[in-house]
Amino acid sequence: MVKQKLVLRFPSSLVEQPVIYNLIKNFDLMVNILRADINPKKEGRLMMELSGDESNFRRALEWLQKKGLEVMQLKQQIIWQEDRCTHCGACSVICPSGALVLNRPEMTIRFMEEKCVVCELCLRACPARAMETLLDSAI
Amino acid sequence: MSVQRTYEEINQKIRDGKVVVMTAEEVIALAEEKGLAKAAAEVDVVTTGTFGPMCSSGVFINLGHPRPRMKIEEARLNGVPAYTGLAAVDIYLGATALPPHDPANADYPGQFKYGGGHVIEDLVAGREIKLEASAYGTDCYPRKKIETTFRLSEINEAILFNPRNGYQNYNVAVNLGDKTIYTYMGILKPRLGNANYCSAGQLSPLLNDPLLRTIGVGTRIFLGGGIGYVAWHGTQHNPGVERTPNGTPKVPAGTLAVMGDLKQMSPKWLRGLSYLGYGATLQVGLGIPIPILNEEIMSFCAVKDEDIVAPIVDYSGAYPQREPGNLGFVSYAELKSGQININGRTVPTAPLSSYAGAREIAQTLKGWIQAGKFLLSRPAAPLPSVESDLTLKPMPQRVLE
Ligand code: SF4
Ligand code: SF4
Repeated sequence: MVKQKLVLRFPSSLVEQPVIYNLIKNFDLMVNILRADINPKKEGRLMMELSGDESNFRRALEWLQKKGLEVMQLKQQIIWQEDRCTHCGACSVICPSGALVLNRPEMTIRFMEEKCVVCELCLRACPARAMETLLDSAI
Repeated sequence: MSVQRTYEEINQKIRDGKVVVMTAEEVIALAEEKGLAKAAAEVDVVTTGTFGPMCSSGVFINLGHPRPRMKIEEARLNGVPAYTGLAAVDIYLGATALPPHDPANADYPGQFKYGGGHVIEDLVAGREIKLEASAYGTDCYPRKKIETTFRLSEINEAILFNPRNGYQNYNVAVNLGDKTIYTYMGILKPRLGNANYCSAGQLSPLLNDPLLRTIGVGTRIFLGGGIGYVAWHGTQHNPGVERTPNGTPKVPAGTLAVMGDLKQMSPKWLRGLSYLGYGATLQVGLGIPIPILNEEIMSFCAVKDEDIVAPIVDYSGAYPQREPGNLGFVSYAELKSGQININGRTVPTAPLSSYAGAREIAQTLKGWIQAGKFLLSRPAAPLPSVESDLTLKPMPQRVLE
């Protein structure tokens, strides 16, 4: 079993292809879409969590790349810069997944990356700009 | 006979290394356990703290004279405009100033990535600051333009002067409307999606001296990580509001104007902030020591979150329209629990003022006093309190011909 967060970039020619359907049907993977958008140039971006059998997962990645999609693997999508954080707590009611919570009674903030769904709401909601997105390790 | 102390006695104990200091949080348990009389007898000083966004903040800067000399008419620091209507090379940089090219809320909700507060943080961090200035030129100040860089250590004076800091209590902001709003009280989700508050409550300086018995003009304080002073009462100071029996105001009341030498301060306690859809500002660390002159002052310092209340205000309607009234009161203990009840609805709460920061400031100030590095100062003059006739006035609005 593997579980990975990925960003797929679709050139405009592929935006209308049933990619998700194929990932599920042909590779028996579970797909959890975190974010999807299409820019004015009709290029698509899909952020998702993919899980399933390891060899199927690898075959699916190859298939996606062969089709002309750009695949980025998200290892640590959102980072909490602890030294920038003032522990104000403002993000605790913004984060929808419970990844940013206030420890009580200490009243310090804690970031639990494993709960983060990469919605990116905290990036602009944090007044001290302590949350950052990091796209590392592109495949 | 209940305890009585003078400033001189307390300072002598500080010099002798015998002073007993507690934070406003620590003293609560002591007062509950031993009673007010004993707590007052044991403790000489109680320290307070707060670390929240404070928009009415800024720095007076003297840049030094260039050759040839220049009477600066327009100045920008890292692109952010400063006020120049003073002598030739004196300027004032405000925390909420924005670069002229900032899209502000034309790109709603605006991000306000870099404003006056961020310049102040960079300045105090010792980073290089770009100065761009222009002038009309005079016989004595002929230069018309300059572009250069400088660091804090290279200029004559940088004086943090904040006309309104340390609000004694504040509103709890909610949104009764049906779309998300972006305010100086943070992001407020529709239909009571969240309630944001902004006070350190039981640790907050002015909530521990609600009637301003000890804090006055000239009180020595912790400001931005250095030593500063109370200069005056702050703008919009409004002591005559309704209070609970413990003396704390039920709505925003007293404020402080504070000042200090920026060169002593630290970027840890002066932080540039960007409030989505609202603007740039500065998070200021402020801490005030309270001398326990008698048992009554100890009773004020022993106040706890359960006994301090704040009004719930709708920022989608009542606040922007300046309509009076509120949706009820809630205690800081309830606010800090993470949820409150408004008209039968459970609403999650979030602070904007860092309680962890407030606690660290109160501890730091306690350490300075215990180490003999910080003496208490008797105010040169009291601040207007409940007995004054000061009131908060709205702007006069006249219909002009
Ligand atoms: S909003 Fe930003 S600064 Fe405040 S607690 Fe969250 S991460 Fe820290
Ligand atoms: S990206 Fe979304 S889920 Fe992750 S920490 Fe930020 S607000 Fe929470």
